[in-house]
Amino acid sequence: MTVLAVSNLAKHYRRGDKTFAAVDGVSFEIGPAETLALAGPSGSGKSTIARLVLRLIEPDAGRIDFEGHDFLALSGAALRARRAKLQMVFQDPLAAFNPRASVARVLDDPLRIHNIASRAERPDRIAALLERVGLDANLAASPIHEISGGQRQRVAIARAIATKPSLIVLDEAVAALDVSVRGQILELLLDLQREERISYLFISHDLGVIRAIAHRIAILDAGRIVETGDARAIIADPQSAIGKALVAATPKLVRSSQETL
Amino acid sequence: MNRLRRFFRTPEAIAGALILTLLVAMALAAPLLFPGDPQAIAGPALLPPFQDWSLPLGTDRLGRDVLAELFHGARTSLAVGLAAAAAALLIGAVVGTLAGFAGGLVDEVLMRVTDAFQTVPSFLLALAFVSIVGPSLGVVVVAIALGAWTGPARLARAEVLSIRERDYVAGARVIGMHPIAIAFREVLPNALPPVLALSSVIVAAAILTEAALSFLGLGDPNRVTWGGMIAEGRTVLRTAPFLSIAPGVALVLTVLGVYLAGEGVVESTAVRRSLS
Repeated sequence: MTVLAVSNLAKHYRRGDKTFAAVDGVSFEIGPAETLALAGPSGSGKSTIARLVLRLIEPDAGRIDFEGHDFLALSGAALRARRAKLQMVFQDPLAAFNPRASVARVLDDPLRIHNIASRAERPDRIAALLERVGLDANLAASPIHEISGGQRQRVAIARAIATKPSLIVLDEAVAALDVSVRGQILELLLDLQREERISYLFISHDLGVIRAIAHRIAILDAGRIVETGDARAIIADPQSAIGKALVAATPKLVRSSQETL
Repeated sequence: MNRLRRFFRTPEAIAGALILTLLVAMALAAPLLFPGDPQAIAGPALLPPFQDWSLPLGTDRLGRDVLAELFHGARTSLAVGLAAAAAALLIGAVVGTLAGFAGGLVDEVLMRVTDAFQTVPSFLLALAFVSIVGPSLGVVVVAIALGAWTGPARLARAEVLSIRERDYVAGARVIGMHPIAIAFREVLPNALPPVLALSSVIVAAAILTEAALSFLGLGDPNRVTWGGMIAEGRTVLRTAPFLSIAPGVALVLTVLGVYLAGEGVVESTAVRRSLS
């Protein structure tokens, strides 16, 4: 059974008189506890796909089935309730939170909105969530702008897992972090996937990161999937021109593939 | 504490704060220093100022104590100014947030209503409203707010339009927050600072509008107002100009104080922004 099945998804934008397709007939599936990476140069439509899947923007055509149900058919309260199972982590962990919020409030919102815990239980749940993502429970009282970028991204992950989702969309979730923190966050994500069996739609332009976390990869160019399959196999030997260009643009990968030769 | 220190750095802010403090002190002390009805007759009519030290600013045409009237008038001016500005900011912030956040038809309708209010001169609007409903303090407040909420509404809308595209608004949608909750809990508080910067201008304008309404005899007849005092003194402007000058000076100082203090607040927050 698939968690997410997307078929023939399309989104057009109008620029002046011309329309251009940001996403042009994209289809893919993600299974339970599986990670699919969407890779591609900037402007290839990967972030648009993330926002379409989450229904932050509406597609012009196509179908999105989430856990066996037509996700595009939902609206209003039914859609908001369903969102509990489909979460997102943003690229910039500072922009992703209300600048006036505290860590506790950020984590309190999903628990309250989806009636996961009563008011009395929530402080304990918040502390447990913080510890689950490797943070000190005392951090709850801190304003969100006073903690470090790595801590903030952990809070973002804690918010995403608060509602026990089956799929998390990670839009360049480690791109803004420095290298040492990036490794820790990837470890945390792998850990959570093993234990909670969460699927990831992992959007990135960094093939090194993708190879570390993704099972499968879909390479995008101009709103279309040009190549898809096993992540390691494709990164080792890309067939498409874009795939080759992406590999060539990742210095570490070039060196390691030369070493194996 | 730091914010206070930054506020008091400019001489304008200090002058504004001093004037406002004096005004608030006058308003608060009025019932203590001048108990009883300020509209009651206290001595001979048209007593010039600085003659009788029990009536330091003299009396008006009906023999009422001018100084007592000034003190009690400060209460009315402050109350009306603050209440009208608060009402205008509240209406403006809510309308602007709804228009900017909802977009589409809601935005279109709300902004056309805003246009309609903006095309009518606000003083004319207040005049018409008070003439129809009848003069009382509450009606005067509403009448002034009716003409003053459009500025905050436009500003709030513009701010909301930029905020609603930010990631944290998308994040709030992803966790399933209700759109109304997003608009008023996530967006509005962050759209507010530039709108609040308008408040000093609105308070000052509201105080002037109230004075103008009173001058035309459309203020609350049961309260002493500076505008009413000026109107009263106008009939004897040649023989007793002081009756118009005293409340006029009070009015000028008040509006000036509000402006200066408002400027100081904007200045101190601007510094804070550029630092962070």
